[in-house]
Amino acid sequence: MNWGSASAFWEMGGYGLYVWGSYGVALGLMLIEPALAALRYRAARRAAADLDDDPETDA
Amino acid sequence: MSAVFAAVVARDLRLAWRRRIDALLPLVFFVVAGSLFPLGVGPEVALLARIASGVIWVCALFAAMLSMTGVYAGDHADGTLEQMLLSPEPGWMLAAAKALAHWLVTGLPLVLVVPLMGLLFGLPRDAIAMLALTLLLGTPILSLLGGLGAALTLGLRSGGVLLILLVLPLAIPALIFGTGAVGALEGGQSASGHLSLMGALLIVTALGAPPATAAALRIALD
Amino acid sequence: MSTPLPSAPTRTTRPPLRWSTFAAPVRFHALTGRLIPWLWLLTLGFAAAGLYIGFFVAPTDAVQKDAYRIIFIHVPAAWMSMLLYLAMAFWAVIGWAFNARMASMLARAIAPTGAMFTVLALWTGALWGRPTWGTYWVWDARLTSELILLFLYLGFLALVHAIEDVRRADRAGALLAAVGAINVPIIYFSVKWWNTLHQGATISLTAAPKMAQTMLTAMLLMTLACWAYAFAVVFMRARAIAVERERGADWVRELQQAGGRR
Repeated sequence: MNWGSASAFWEMGGYGLYVWGSYGVALGLMLIEPALAALRYRAARRAAADLDDDPETDA
Repeated sequence: MSAVFAAVVARDLRLAWRRRIDALLPLVFFVVAGSLFPLGVGPEVALLARIASGVIWVCALFAAMLSMTGVYAGDHADGTLEQMLLSPEPGWMLAAAKALAHWLVTGLPLVLVVPLMGLLFGLPRDAIAMLALTLLLGTPILSLLGGLGAALTLGLRSGGVLLILLVLPLAIPALIFGTGAVGALEGGQSASGHLSLMGALLIVTALGAPPATAAALRIALD
Repeated sequence: MSTPLPSAPTRTTRPPLRWSTFAAPVRFHALTGRLIPWLWLLTLGFAAAGLYIGFFVAPTDAVQKDAYRIIFIHVPAAWMSMLLYLAMAFWAVIGWAFNARMASMLARAIAPTGAMFTVLALWTGALWGRPTWGTYWVWDARLTSELILLFLYLGFLALVHAIEDVRRADRAGALLAAVGAINVPIIYFSVKWWNTLHQGATISLTAAPKMAQTMLTAMLLMTLACWAYAFAVVFMRARAIAVERERGADWVRELQQAGGRR
């Protein structure tokens, strides 16, 4: 174990801003990206459903 | 085969001659853009001499790229391009001819203007000569890469800027070796390493870019 | 002439898997749909293990103190950014050479994730550079190459989005990605060359701490985590692209009927 206490962990020997700034942004990006992909998928499914719902004529 | 090559080059030169003013615009841009830097960073002679090779090279890059969209756009608009690709001559020859014509109209004149630019930046004479030499080797590379970019972005609305964005990263090695040669000279070392690399880059680009450009033209027109 | 008709595939006699089986969007969609939850599980598992070792087991570095722990996300992100570019170029060229739509769609799905990892590598590189070298940005060979890689990704994305004809966009993107992939070694070499020329400014961010075994283990685990993550997100996006492009197709209709609006 490297850390004497929880606060020592957050401070990272004075470099907390840099370390957590890095991991925080990483986490943020890795949450936003899949969320956007999921939204895109849902929108695609919805658009496909709308296509079928329109009254169609046989080509 | 070389007759067709010469014919394409001659045609492009004739067309450029008919619109001479337009052909001069990249040169004017080169000088105007280059002149902005002293205005931006101040007239201190030592500083300008230090940044000169980089600034002049980058401005040459931009100037060469600005006239690139016109290389294929005109022929594309009136259907000549499709005709040229249908001919029995290999596509890479058309691409190489177009690149050569562009270099003769835009690239080579840029090289001739380099002494003027060097003067504006207070470069010593031997540095100006080296800079001109690197651009003599580099501008054909830019014409070849630009042809690829123009073919990829053929007919697109955002064509011009997109072309520049696509080509600039690919042009970075040429930029580094070209400015490095001048830097080596100024540092009292031999520039031969840089020049050799530049030469190798030119050969590789001359062999690789025309076939890739021909493929890009086919993709754009099919 | 009476030749027996081949029997239709039943549950017990499915057609044999060929490497091209998942080239069909419908099968790609089905398979990846099943894989994604497992990929997320792998991501979390590897990340938990890697971060635990990286923060609680790996010792503090003598020179860089605890700031070096950024390495456990910076290096995996950089590796992924390069790996994904090659994967993107590979699938794009396959899509072009074999006229395989799904491969092109996969390439397009990879691009944003690759760009994301590049941005992350640059961001974490900057935050690592600040405490260690005093500035947020240094033009060292690796970071500069990473920046140029970002330009290549952005160029690909810009080109495929600028072309309206989907298949033309796929092919143009493939050519551009291939040209980019070939140029990456040339660009990297020239940037290293450039970096060593300008001696005064040469600071290398790559002067990483001498790696204890635990540090290497943590980095490896985090790389696996990023890899699993990339698979998951890319598959999610590729499925979305497949449904978008194949809107009118039968398999999409059947999807709708089977699953209802989702």
